[in-house]
Amino acid sequence: MQVKLKRTGSTLIVQMMGELDHHAVDAMREKIDVKLLHEDIKNILFDFQGVNFMDSSGLGMILGRYKIVSAKGGKVLACSLNPRVRRIFELAGLENKIPVFSSKQDALAGA
Amino acid sequence: MDNYMRLEIPSKSQNEAFARVVVAAFAAQVDPTIDEISDVKTAVSEAVTNAVIHGYENGPGTIVIAATLEGSRLEVTIIDYGVGIADIEKAREPLYTSKPELERSGMGFTIMENFMDSCHVVSEPGKGTTVTLVKTFSRADDTEA
Ligand SMILES: Nc1ncnc2c1ncn2[C@@H]1O[C@H](COP(=O)(O)OP(=O)(O)O)[C@@H](O)[C@H]1O
Ligand SMILES: [Mg+2]
Repeated sequence: MQVKLKRTGSTLIVQMMGELDHHAVDAMREKIDVKLLHEDIKNILFDFQGVNFMDSSGLGMILGRYKIVSAKGGKVLACSLNPRVRRIFELAGLENKIPVFSSKQDALAGA
Repeated sequence: MDNYMRLEIPSKSQNEAFARVVVAAFAAQVDPTIDEISDVKTAVSEAVTNAVIHGYENGPGTIVIAATLEGSRLEVTIIDYGVGIADIEKAREPLYTSKPELERSGMGFTIMENFMDSCHVVSEPGKGTTVTLVKTFSRADDTEA
């Protein structure tokens, strides 16, 4: 799993490449939280363009970031989910909390 | 039985990907669809991750993954000799997790149940847990032109 963090205004874009499982999540959580702690970030956009696998560990990591960000009035968004990832989002009812967009452009317009 | 495999790995998070890929490769010989293979990969990942996080609480231990193929029926068994589950019914409830502090979503068993035909759990506190996952494939080789 490769993770790139970029900023657009007050939104942190988390660009992921690879498989989002327990092992990957443990490594990326800290990277994101360090940014949240030291920079003025309001929203997080998880870009799933390069994610070909996700299990429930991915859900837990996203919900954890949602807790942090929403406590300060920010939003967590997701974009470019493949149908597999989308099915897991739906099973967990994640879309009530985390709006899903078909592209990064649409998501940033909605942030 | 047409074929079988048995894999023994130490309880380490980097082995989760290895385990699910091995089972997917084993199942691939009966030509499941890409979606069916993804279902198996995800369900195996959940069971192995549970053995690592809950069974052995991120400490040392041995995980055994055994699988059989009979025609287009795959049966995968994931075994740990860890802490075990006291209340299996409760553990299987959607969104239930005993480790919210580790940001677990409580969706592992729900995913196993949804992505496989069946998910059977046998467990004894202090002894360990055995999860048996079954899926019969639609035989993509019969339907694809
Ligand atoms: N192999 C195991 N050994 C011990 N306890 C387990 C095992 N697998 C699952 N459990 C228990 O069942 C609960 C639910 O599992 P699951 O649905 O995968 O959710 P999560 O892993 O997010 O907690 C776990 O929180 C844990 O208490
Ligand atoms: Mg789990």
